[in-house]
Amino acid sequence: MTAEALAQRPPAPPRPWTRARIAGWVLLGLWAAAGLGLALFLVASWNPELFSQYAPRYLSGLWVTIQLVAISVAVGALLSIPIAYARLSRNRVLSWLGYAYVYVFRGTPLLAQTFLIYYGFGSFRPQLEAVGLWSFFREAWSCALFAFSLNTAAYQAEILRGAIQSVPRGQWEGAAALGLHRLQALRLVVLPQALVVALRPYGNELILMIKGSAIVAIITVYDLMGETRRAYSRSFDFQTYLWAALLYLALVESLRHAVDWIERRITRHLVR
Amino acid sequence: MDALALLSFGPTGWGDEIAWGVLVTVSLALATLPFGLALGFLVALAKQSPEPSLRAAGQIYTTIFRGLPELLTLFLVYFGVQIGLQRIVRLVIPDAAIEVNSFVAGMIALGVVFSSYASEVFLSAFKAIPRGQYEGGHALGLTDAQTMRLVILPQLLRVALPGLGNLWLILVKDTALVSAIGLSDILRQAGIAARVSREQFLFFGVAILIYLALAVISSAGISAIERRVGRARPAR
Repeated sequence: MTAEALAQRPPAPPRPWTRARIAGWVLLGLWAAAGLGLALFLVASWNPELFSQYAPRYLSGLWVTIQLVAISVAVGALLSIPIAYARLSRNRVLSWLGYAYVYVFRGTPLLAQTFLIYYGFGSFRPQLEAVGLWSFFREAWSCALFAFSLNTAAYQAEILRGAIQSVPRGQWEGAAALGLHRLQALRLVVLPQALVVALRPYGNELILMIKGSAIVAIITVYDLMGETRRAYSRSFDFQTYLWAALLYLALVESLRHAVDWIERRITRHLVR
Repeated sequence: MDALALLSFGPTGWGDEIAWGVLVTVSLALATLPFGLALGFLVALAKQSPEPSLRAAGQIYTTIFRGLPELLTLFLVYFGVQIGLQRIVRLVIPDAAIEVNSFVAGMIALGVVFSSYASEVFLSAFKAIPRGQYEGGHALGLTDAQTMRLVILPQLLRVALPGLGNLWLILVKDTALVSAIGLSDILRQAGIAARVSREQFLFFGVAILIYLALAVISSAGISAIERRVGRARPAR
Protein backbone atom coordinates (compact mmCIF):
# COMPACT_ATOMS: atom_id res chain seq x y z
CA MET A 1 0.00 0.00 0.00
CA THR A 2 1.36 3.46 -0.83
CA ALA A 3 1.56 6.33 1.59
CA GLU A 4 -1.13 8.14 -0.40
CA ALA A 5 -3.65 5.31 0.03
CA LEU A 6 -2.89 5.23 3.71
CA ALA A 7 -3.53 8.91 4.04
CA GLN A 8 -6.95 8.68 2.41
CA ARG A 9 -8.42 6.65 5.23
CA PRO A 10 -9.72 8.92 8.01
CA PRO A 11 -8.46 8.13 11.49
CA ALA A 12 -10.70 5.83 13.52
CA PRO A 13 -12.93 7.87 15.79
CA PRO A 14 -12.00 7.59 19.46
CA ARG A 15 -14.03 4.92 21.18
CA PRO A 16 -16.58 6.64 23.38
CA TRP A 17 -16.68 5.93 27.11
CA THR A 18 -20.02 4.17 27.13
CA ARG A 19 -21.55 2.92 30.33
CA ALA A 20 -20.57 -0.66 29.42
CA ARG A 21 -16.96 0.39 28.91
CA ILE A 22 -16.83 2.20 32.23
CA ALA A 23 -18.44 -0.75 34.02
CA GLY A 24 -16.01 -3.14 32.34
CA TRP A 25 -12.95 -1.19 33.41
CA VAL A 26 -14.30 -0.70 36.92
CA LEU A 27 -14.87 -4.46 37.23
CA LEU A 28 -11.45 -5.24 35.78
CA GLY A 29 -10.02 -2.75 38.26
CA LEU A 30 -11.78 -4.58 41.08
CA TRP A 31 -10.35 -7.91 39.91
CA ALA A 32 -6.89 -6.35 39.64
CA ALA A 33 -7.31 -4.92 43.14
CA ALA A 34 -8.43 -8.32 44.43
CA GLY A 35 -5.46 -10.02 42.77
CA LEU A 36 -3.08 -7.42 44.11
CA GLY A 37 -4.67 -7.67 47.54
CA LEU A 38 -4.23 -11.43 47.47
CA ALA A 39 -0.59 -11.09 46.45
CA LEU A 40 0.06 -8.45 49.13
CA PHE A 41 -1.70 -10.56 51.75
CA LEU A 42 0.39 -13.59 50.85
CA VAL A 43 3.59 -11.52 50.89
CA ALA A 44 2.71 -9.76 54.15
CA SER A 45 1.81 -12.97 55.91
CA TRP A 46 4.81 -14.81 54.44
CA ASN A 47 6.08 -17.09 57.14
CA PRO A 48 9.16 -19.18 56.28
CA GLU A 49 8.51 -21.50 59.20
CA LEU A 50 4.95 -22.20 58.09
CA PHE A 51 6.12 -22.65 54.52
CA SER A 52 8.91 -25.08 55.33
CA GLN A 53 6.56 -27.03 57.55
CA TYR A 54 3.60 -27.29 55.21
CA ALA A 55 4.90 -26.96 51.64
CA PRO A 56 6.08 -30.61 51.45
CA ARG A 57 2.74 -31.70 52.92
CA TYR A 58 0.82 -29.73 50.34
CA LEU A 59 2.83 -31.38 47.60
CA SER A 60 2.19 -34.82 49.03
CA GLY A 61 -1.49 -33.89 49.33
CA LEU A 62 -1.51 -32.81 45.71
CA TRP A 63 0.06 -36.12 44.77
CA VAL A 64 -2.64 -38.00 46.74
CA THR A 65 -5.33 -36.03 44.92
CA ILE A 66 -3.79 -36.83 41.54
CA GLN A 67 -3.43 -40.52 42.39
CA LEU A 68 -6.97 -40.74 43.70
CA VAL A 69 -8.43 -39.11 40.60
CA ALA A 70 -6.22 -40.99 38.15
CA ILE A 71 -6.95 -44.42 39.63
CA SER A 72 -10.68 -43.89 40.07
CA VAL A 73 -11.11 -42.39 36.60
CA ALA A 74 -9.22 -45.34 35.07
CA VAL A 75 -11.22 -47.92 37.03
CA GLY A 76 -14.40 -45.99 36.25
CA ALA A 77 -13.55 -46.07 32.55
CA LEU A 78 -13.32 -49.87 32.67
CA LEU A 79 -16.56 -50.16 34.64
CA SER A 80 -18.33 -47.76 32.33
CA ILE A 81 -17.99 -50.07 29.33
CA PRO A 82 -20.40 -52.78 30.56
CA ILE A 83 -22.76 -50.10 31.91
CA ALA A 84 -22.85 -48.25 28.61
CA TYR A 85 -23.34 -51.61 26.88
CA ALA A 86 -26.31 -52.34 29.16
CA ARG A 87 -27.76 -48.87 28.53
CA LEU A 88 -27.53 -49.39 24.76
CA SER A 89 -28.78 -52.97 24.87
CA ARG A 90 -32.13 -53.86 23.31
CA ASN A 91 -32.76 -56.19 26.23
CA ARG A 92 -35.33 -54.37 28.39
CA VAL A 93 -34.08 -55.71 31.74
CA LEU A 94 -30.44 -54.98 30.95
CA SER A 95 -31.08 -51.46 29.72
CA TRP A 96 -33.27 -50.76 32.76
CA LEU A 97 -30.51 -51.98 35.07
CA GLY A 98 -28.01 -49.73 33.35
CA TYR A 99 -30.41 -46.81 33.61
CA ALA A 100 -31.04 -47.45 37.31
CA TYR A 101 -27.30 -47.60 38.06
CA VAL A 102 -26.65 -44.34 36.26
CA TYR A 103 -29.67 -42.63 37.84
CA VAL A 104 -28.77 -43.61 41.39
CA PHE A 105 -25.13 -42.55 41.12
CA ARG A 106 -25.83 -39.33 39.27
CA GLY A 107 -28.87 -38.41 41.36
CA THR A 108 -27.25 -38.51 44.78
CA PRO A 109 -24.35 -36.53 46.25
CA LEU A 110 -20.90 -38.09 46.00
CA LEU A 111 -20.38 -37.20 49.65
CA ALA A 112 -23.41 -39.28 50.69
CA GLN A 113 -22.17 -42.20 48.57
CA THR A 114 -18.75 -41.97 50.15
CA PHE A 115 -20.28 -41.91 53.65
CA LEU A 116 -22.49 -44.89 52.85
CA ILE A 117 -19.47 -46.91 51.77
CA TYR A 118 -17.02 -45.76 54.42
CA TYR A 119 -19.29 -45.65 57.48
CA GLY A 120 -22.27 -47.68 56.26
CA PHE A 121 -20.35 -50.79 55.27
CA GLY A 122 -19.04 -50.89 58.83
CA SER A 123 -22.47 -52.26 59.78
CA PHE A 124 -21.55 -55.46 57.93
CA ARG A 125 -18.20 -55.90 59.58
CA PRO A 126 -18.71 -59.58 60.58
CA GLN A 127 -19.84 -60.52 57.07
CA LEU A 128 -17.03 -58.53 55.44
CA GLU A 129 -14.50 -60.10 57.78
CA ALA A 130 -15.84 -63.53 56.84
CA VAL A 131 -15.13 -62.90 53.15
CA GLY A 132 -11.85 -61.14 53.88
CA LEU A 133 -12.87 -57.75 52.52
CA TRP A 134 -12.82 -55.91 55.82
CA SER A 135 -9.26 -54.69 55.42
CA PHE A 136 -10.38 -52.98 52.20
CA PHE A 137 -13.46 -51.31 53.65
CA ARG A 138 -11.72 -50.30 56.87
CA GLU A 139 -9.41 -47.87 55.08
CA ALA A 140 -10.73 -44.42 54.22
CA TRP A 141 -8.44 -44.31 51.19
CA SER A 142 -9.72 -47.50 49.56
CA CYS A 143 -13.34 -46.65 50.41
CA ALA A 144 -12.94 -43.27 48.72
CA LEU A 145 -11.35 -44.94 45.73
CA PHE A 146 -14.22 -47.44 45.56
CA ALA A 147 -16.94 -44.77 45.87
CA PHE A 148 -15.29 -42.47 43.31
CA SER A 149 -14.81 -45.30 40.81
CA LEU A 150 -18.47 -46.31 41.03
CA ASN A 151 -19.56 -42.70 40.76
CA THR A 152 -17.41 -41.72 37.81
CA ALA A 153 -18.34 -45.00 36.06
CA ALA A 154 -21.96 -43.78 35.94
CA TYR A 155 -20.96 -40.43 34.42
CA GLN A 156 -18.50 -41.98 31.99
CA ALA A 157 -21.06 -44.56 30.87
CA GLU A 158 -23.37 -41.71 29.87
CA ILE A 159 -20.55 -39.95 28.02
CA LEU A 160 -19.66 -43.14 26.18
CA ARG A 161 -23.29 -43.87 25.34
CA GLY A 162 -23.90 -40.35 24.08
CA ALA A 163 -20.75 -40.42 21.98
CA ILE A 164 -21.54 -43.80 20.40
CA GLN A 165 -25.08 -42.68 19.66
CA SER A 166 -23.78 -39.50 18.06
CA VAL A 167 -22.16 -41.55 15.29
CA PRO A 168 -24.69 -41.87 12.44
CA ARG A 169 -26.23 -45.29 11.75
CA GLY A 170 -24.80 -45.21 8.24
CA GLN A 171 -21.31 -45.69 9.69
CA TRP A 172 -22.36 -49.02 11.21
CA GLU A 173 -24.05 -50.02 7.99
CA GLY A 174 -21.03 -49.00 5.93
CA ALA A 175 -18.78 -51.08 8.16
CA ALA A 176 -21.15 -54.03 7.86
CA ALA A 177 -21.15 -53.62 4.07
CA LEU A 178 -17.36 -53.84 4.12
CA GLY A 179 -17.71 -57.18 5.88
CA LEU A 180 -16.54 -56.00 9.28
CA HIS A 181 -17.69 -57.84 12.34
CA ARG A 182 -19.73 -55.73 14.84
CA LEU A 183 -16.84 -55.56 17.27
CA GLN A 184 -14.46 -54.60 14.48
CA ALA A 185 -16.91 -51.96 13.31
CA LEU A 186 -17.04 -50.57 16.84
CA ARG A 187 -13.28 -50.55 17.25
CA LEU A 188 -12.22 -49.39 13.79
CA VAL A 189 -15.08 -47.20 12.60
CA VAL A 190 -17.35 -46.02 15.39
CA LEU A 191 -15.09 -45.50 18.39
CA PRO A 192 -12.53 -43.29 16.62
CA GLN A 193 -15.37 -40.95 15.66
CA ALA A 194 -17.14 -41.25 18.99
CA LEU A 195 -14.03 -40.45 21.00
CA VAL A 196 -13.56 -37.15 19.19
CA VAL A 197 -17.04 -36.21 20.40
CA ALA A 198 -16.35 -37.62 23.87
CA LEU A 199 -13.03 -35.85 24.45
CA ARG A 200 -14.48 -32.65 25.88
CA PRO A 201 -17.01 -34.40 28.16
CA TYR A 202 -14.22 -36.70 29.38
CA GLY A 203 -12.06 -33.68 30.11
CA ASN A 204 -14.93 -32.08 32.02
CA GLU A 205 -15.48 -35.27 33.98
CA LEU A 206 -11.80 -35.37 34.90
CA ILE A 207 -12.02 -31.77 36.13
CA LEU A 208 -15.20 -32.53 38.06
CA MET A 209 -13.45 -35.47 39.71
CA ILE A 210 -10.48 -33.34 40.73
CA LYS A 211 -12.85 -30.82 42.29
CA GLY A 212 -15.09 -33.51 43.75
CA SER A 213 -12.15 -35.39 45.25
CA ALA A 214 -11.75 -32.57 47.80
CA ILE A 215 -14.53 -34.20 49.85
CA VAL A 216 -12.28 -37.09 50.87
CA ALA A 217 -10.80 -34.64 53.36
CA ILE A 218 -14.03 -35.09 55.34
CA ILE A 219 -13.38 -38.83 55.76
CA THR A 220 -9.79 -38.14 56.87
CA VAL A 221 -7.87 -38.84 53.69
CA TYR A 222 -5.01 -36.34 53.51
CA ASP A 223 -5.32 -35.17 49.95
CA LEU A 224 -4.63 -31.52 49.07
CA MET A 225 -7.85 -30.44 50.80
CA GLY A 226 -7.14 -32.67 53.80
CA GLU A 227 -3.65 -31.23 54.23
CA THR A 228 -5.12 -27.75 53.92
CA ARG A 229 -7.68 -28.39 56.65
CA ARG A 230 -5.01 -29.84 58.89
CA ALA A 231 -2.71 -26.89 58.29
CA TYR A 232 -5.54 -24.44 59.02
CA SER A 233 -6.65 -26.21 62.18
CA ARG A 234 -3.08 -26.04 63.51
CA SER A 235 -2.04 -22.56 62.41
CA PHE A 236 -5.37 -20.68 62.16
CA ASP A 237 -3.73 -18.88 59.27
CA PHE A 238 -6.13 -18.12 56.44
CA GLN A 239 -3.36 -18.19 53.84
CA THR A 240 -3.43 -22.00 54.06
CA TYR A 241 -6.75 -21.97 52.22
CA LEU A 242 -5.55 -19.43 49.68
CA TRP A 243 -2.53 -21.56 48.76
CA ALA A 244 -4.83 -24.54 48.24
CA ALA A 245 -7.09 -22.43 46.04
CA LEU A 246 -4.12 -21.38 43.89
CA LEU A 247 -2.94 -24.98 43.55
CA TYR A 248 -6.39 -26.27 42.59
CA LEU A 249 -6.89 -23.44 40.10
CA ALA A 250 -3.51 -24.11 38.49
CA LEU A 251 -4.28 -27.83 38.24
CA VAL A 252 -7.75 -27.39 36.75
CA GLU A 253 -6.74 -24.61 34.37
CA SER A 254 -3.74 -26.47 32.98
CA LEU A 255 -5.91 -29.54 32.45
CA ARG A 256 -8.56 -27.47 30.69
CA HIS A 257 -5.98 -25.94 28.36
CA ALA A 258 -4.50 -29.38 27.68
CA VAL A 259 -7.93 -30.69 26.66
CA ASP A 260 -8.44 -27.64 24.41
CA TRP A 261 -5.08 -28.26 22.78
CA ILE A 262 -5.77 -31.96 22.18
CA GLU A 263 -9.19 -31.15 20.78
CA ARG A 264 -7.73 -28.62 18.36
CA ARG A 265 -5.18 -31.18 17.22
CA ILE A 266 -7.51 -34.11 16.69
CA THR A 267 -10.19 -32.10 14.91
CA ARG A 268 -7.81 -30.49 12.43
CA HIS A 269 -9.34 -32.59 9.65
CA LEU A 270 -12.81 -31.18 10.47
CA VAL A 271 -11.83 -27.51 10.19
CA ARG A 272 -13.08 -25.97 7.00
CA MET B 1 -34.33 -51.81 67.76
CA ASP B 2 -35.73 -52.38 64.33
CA ALA B 3 -35.47 -49.99 61.43
CA LEU B 4 -39.04 -48.71 61.56
CA ALA B 5 -38.78 -47.73 65.20
CA LEU B 6 -35.50 -45.93 64.51
CA LEU B 7 -37.07 -43.97 61.68
CA SER B 8 -40.28 -43.12 63.53
CA PHE B 9 -41.22 -39.57 64.44
CA GLY B 10 -40.95 -39.31 68.18
CA PRO B 11 -38.53 -39.15 71.07
CA THR B 12 -36.99 -42.55 70.28
CA GLY B 13 -36.99 -42.32 66.49
CA TRP B 14 -34.91 -40.13 64.21
CA GLY B 15 -37.69 -39.40 61.70
CA ASP B 16 -38.33 -35.85 62.87
CA GLU B 17 -34.63 -34.97 62.97
CA ILE B 18 -34.15 -36.21 59.43
CA ALA B 19 -37.32 -34.43 58.26
CA TRP B 20 -35.80 -31.23 59.68
CA GLY B 21 -32.68 -31.98 57.67
CA VAL B 22 -34.76 -32.32 54.50
CA LEU B 23 -36.34 -28.96 55.25
CA VAL B 24 -32.90 -27.35 55.69
CA THR B 25 -31.55 -28.89 52.47
CA VAL B 26 -34.57 -27.86 50.42
CA SER B 27 -34.72 -24.35 51.82
CA LEU B 28 -31.00 -23.85 51.27
CA ALA B 29 -31.33 -24.93 47.64
CA LEU B 30 -34.42 -22.77 47.12
CA ALA B 31 -32.78 -19.76 48.78
CA THR B 32 -29.66 -20.15 46.63
CA LEU B 33 -31.53 -20.45 43.36
CA PRO B 34 -32.77 -16.85 42.81
CA PHE B 35 -29.45 -15.42 44.00
CA GLY B 36 -27.48 -17.73 41.71
CA LEU B 37 -29.77 -17.14 38.73
CA ALA B 38 -29.62 -13.36 39.03
CA LEU B 39 -25.85 -13.33 39.45
CA GLY B 40 -25.41 -15.83 36.61
CA PHE B 41 -27.55 -13.70 34.32
CA LEU B 42 -25.51 -10.58 35.09
CA VAL B 43 -22.26 -12.43 34.43
CA ALA B 44 -23.68 -13.76 31.15
CA LEU B 45 -24.69 -10.20 30.17
CA ALA B 46 -21.09 -9.13 30.78
CA LYS B 47 -19.69 -12.05 28.81
CA GLN B 48 -21.83 -11.40 25.73
CA SER B 49 -21.19 -7.68 25.75
CA PRO B 50 -19.38 -6.13 22.75
CA GLU B 51 -17.10 -4.39 25.26
CA PRO B 52 -13.88 -6.44 25.67
CA SER B 53 -13.08 -5.28 29.20
CA LEU B 54 -16.52 -6.36 30.41
CA ARG B 55 -16.12 -9.75 28.72
CA ALA B 56 -12.74 -10.24 30.36
CA ALA B 57 -14.14 -9.38 33.80
CA GLY B 58 -16.93 -11.96 33.36
CA GLN B 59 -14.48 -14.55 32.09
CA ILE B 60 -12.25 -14.17 35.13
CA TYR B 61 -15.26 -14.75 37.37
CA THR B 62 -16.21 -18.06 35.73
CA THR B 63 -12.63 -19.24 35.49
CA ILE B 64 -12.13 -18.81 39.21
CA PHE B 65 -15.38 -20.23 40.51
CA ARG B 66 -15.60 -23.12 38.09
CA GLY B 67 -12.01 -24.07 38.80
CA LEU B 68 -12.18 -24.21 42.59
CA PRO B 69 -13.58 -27.28 44.33
CA GLU B 70 -17.02 -26.48 45.76
CA LEU B 71 -15.90 -27.58 49.21
CA LEU B 72 -12.93 -25.20 49.10
CA THR B 73 -15.15 -22.31 47.95
CA LEU B 74 -17.41 -23.09 50.89
CA PHE B 75 -14.52 -22.98 53.37
CA LEU B 76 -13.08 -19.85 51.77
CA VAL B 77 -16.41 -18.09 52.19
CA TYR B 78 -17.12 -19.50 55.63
CA PHE B 79 -13.74 -18.68 57.18
CA GLY B 80 -12.80 -15.81 54.87
CA VAL B 81 -15.95 -13.78 55.49
CA GLN B 82 -15.68 -14.49 59.19
CA ILE B 83 -12.07 -13.28 59.40
CA GLY B 84 -12.70 -10.32 57.11
CA LEU B 85 -15.76 -9.14 59.02
CA GLN B 86 -14.02 -9.65 62.32
CA ARG B 87 -11.11 -7.44 61.24
CA ILE B 88 -13.47 -4.70 60.11
CA VAL B 89 -15.66 -4.84 63.19
CA ARG B 90 -12.67 -4.89 65.53
CA LEU B 91 -11.63 -1.51 64.21
CA VAL B 92 -14.68 -0.20 66.03
CA ILE B 93 -15.27 -2.72 68.83
CA PRO B 94 -11.86 -4.16 69.81
CA ASP B 95 -12.95 -7.54 71.15
CA ALA B 96 -15.96 -8.46 69.08
CA ALA B 97 -16.35 -12.09 68.01
CA ILE B 98 -18.11 -12.61 64.72
CA GLU B 99 -19.80 -15.90 63.91
CA VAL B 100 -20.92 -16.24 60.32
CA ASN B 101 -24.17 -18.13 59.95
CA SER B 102 -23.40 -21.38 58.12
CA PHE B 103 -26.69 -21.16 56.20
CA VAL B 104 -25.70 -17.78 54.78
CA ALA B 105 -22.14 -18.95 54.05
CA GLY B 106 -23.56 -22.00 52.26
CA MET B 107 -25.94 -19.82 50.31
CA ILE B 108 -23.19 -17.47 49.15
CA ALA B 109 -20.74 -20.24 48.23
CA LEU B 110 -23.28 -22.42 46.42
CA GLY B 111 -24.81 -19.36 44.75
CA VAL B 112 -21.45 -18.21 43.43
CA VAL B 113 -20.65 -21.67 42.05
CA PHE B 114 -24.16 -21.99 40.60
CA SER B 115 -23.91 -18.57 38.95
CA SER B 116 -20.62 -19.34 37.24
CA TYR B 117 -22.16 -22.41 35.59
CA ALA B 118 -25.48 -20.63 34.95
CA SER B 119 -23.66 -17.82 33.16
CA GLU B 120 -22.38 -20.36 30.62
CA VAL B 121 -25.92 -21.70 30.12
CA PHE B 122 -27.29 -18.17 29.64
CA LEU B 123 -24.42 -17.31 27.33
CA SER B 124 -25.19 -20.18 24.97
CA ALA B 125 -28.88 -19.25 25.15
CA PHE B 126 -27.98 -15.69 24.14
CA LYS B 127 -26.23 -17.09 21.09
CA ALA B 128 -29.42 -18.91 20.10
CA ILE B 129 -31.38 -15.66 19.82
CA PRO B 130 -31.17 -13.99 16.41
CA ARG B 131 -30.03 -10.35 16.11
CA GLY B 132 -33.33 -9.54 14.45
CA GLN B 133 -35.07 -9.86 17.78
CA TYR B 134 -33.04 -6.97 19.20
CA GLU B 135 -33.55 -4.95 16.01
CA GLY B 136 -37.28 -5.65 16.08
CA GLY B 137 -37.43 -4.45 19.68
CA HIS B 138 -35.63 -1.23 18.79
CA ALA B 139 -37.81 -0.73 15.70
CA LEU B 140 -40.84 -0.78 17.98
CA GLY B 141 -39.29 2.05 19.95
CA LEU B 142 -38.37 -0.02 23.01
CA THR B 143 -35.33 0.98 25.03
CA ASP B 144 -32.46 -1.46 25.54
CA ALA B 145 -33.78 -2.46 28.95
CA GLN B 146 -37.31 -2.94 27.65
CA THR B 147 -36.10 -5.01 24.70
CA MET B 148 -34.17 -7.21 27.11
CA ARG B 149 -37.07 -7.65 29.51
CA LEU B 150 -39.98 -7.97 27.09
CA VAL B 151 -38.46 -9.54 23.97
CA ILE B 152 -35.20 -11.32 24.75
CA LEU B 153 -35.66 -12.65 28.28
CA PRO B 154 -38.84 -14.71 27.66
CA GLN B 155 -37.17 -16.47 24.74
CA LEU B 156 -33.87 -16.77 26.56
CA LEU B 157 -35.41 -18.55 29.54
CA ARG B 158 -37.07 -21.08 27.29
CA VAL B 159 -33.78 -21.95 25.58
CA ALA B 160 -31.88 -21.99 28.89
CA LEU B 161 -34.40 -24.11 30.77
CA PRO B 162 -32.93 -27.61 30.18
CA GLY B 163 -29.46 -26.41 31.16
CA LEU B 164 -30.78 -24.65 34.25
CA GLY B 165 -32.70 -27.78 35.20
CA ASN B 166 -29.44 -29.73 35.22
CA LEU B 167 -27.81 -27.04 37.34
CA TRP B 168 -30.68 -27.26 39.84
CA LEU B 169 -30.08 -31.01 40.22
CA ILE B 170 -26.36 -30.33 40.76
CA LEU B 171 -27.22 -27.62 43.29
CA VAL B 172 -29.39 -29.99 45.34
CA LYS B 173 -26.52 -32.49 45.43
CA ASP B 174 -23.97 -29.81 46.31
CA THR B 175 -25.99 -28.76 49.37
CA ALA B 176 -24.70 -31.96 51.00
CA LEU B 177 -21.34 -30.16 51.38
CA VAL B 178 -22.71 -27.71 53.97
CA SER B 179 -22.82 -30.58 56.46
CA ALA B 180 -19.05 -30.03 56.63
CA ILE B 181 -19.52 -26.54 58.11
CA GLY B 182 -22.04 -27.75 60.64
CA LEU B 183 -25.39 -27.00 59.01
CA SER B 184 -28.02 -29.60 59.98
CA ASP B 185 -28.90 -30.80 56.51
CA ILE B 186 -30.00 -34.32 55.54
CA LEU B 187 -26.52 -35.75 55.55
CA ARG B 188 -25.48 -34.28 58.89
CA GLN B 189 -28.68 -35.35 60.63
CA ALA B 190 -28.35 -38.84 59.16
CA GLY B 191 -24.74 -38.92 60.31
CA ILE B 192 -25.68 -38.00 63.88
CA ALA B 193 -28.44 -40.61 63.91
CA ALA B 194 -26.02 -43.19 62.50
CA ARG B 195 -23.40 -42.49 65.14
CA VAL B 196 -25.83 -42.54 68.06
CA SER B 197 -27.82 -45.60 67.00
CA ARG B 198 -24.82 -47.42 65.47
CA GLU B 199 -27.00 -48.24 62.46
CA GLN B 200 -24.67 -46.61 59.95
CA PHE B 201 -25.83 -48.38 56.83
CA LEU B 202 -29.51 -47.81 57.58
CA PHE B 203 -29.24 -44.06 58.06
CA PHE B 204 -26.82 -43.28 55.25
CA GLY B 205 -28.96 -45.50 53.01
CA VAL B 206 -32.01 -43.48 54.01
CA ALA B 207 -30.12 -40.27 53.25
CA ILE B 208 -29.26 -41.56 49.77
CA LEU B 209 -32.89 -42.53 49.18
CA ILE B 210 -34.07 -39.07 50.25
CA TYR B 211 -31.63 -37.40 47.84
CA LEU B 212 -32.84 -39.77 45.14
CA ALA B 213 -36.45 -38.84 45.90
CA LEU B 214 -35.53 -35.14 45.71
CA ALA B 215 -33.91 -35.78 42.32
CA VAL B 216 -37.00 -37.62 41.03
CA ILE B 217 -39.33 -34.87 42.27
CA SER B 218 -37.07 -32.19 40.75
CA SER B 219 -36.93 -33.94 37.38
CA ALA B 220 -40.71 -34.26 37.37
CA GLY B 221 -41.04 -30.58 38.25
CA ILE B 222 -38.54 -29.51 35.59
CA SER B 223 -40.25 -31.49 32.85
CA ALA B 224 -43.62 -30.07 33.93
CA ILE B 225 -42.20 -26.55 33.58
CA GLU B 226 -40.66 -27.42 30.22
CA ARG B 227 -43.98 -28.74 28.96
CA ARG B 228 -45.76 -25.60 30.12
CA VAL B 229 -43.19 -23.32 28.57
CA GLY B 230 -43.08 -25.35 25.37
CA ARG B 231 -46.84 -25.05 25.01
CA ALA B 232 -46.57 -21.29 24.70
CA ARG B 233 -44.27 -21.61 21.70
CA PRO B 234 -46.00 -20.41 18.53
CA ALA B 235 -46.47 -22.96 15.77
CA ARG B 236 -43.90 -22.66 13.01
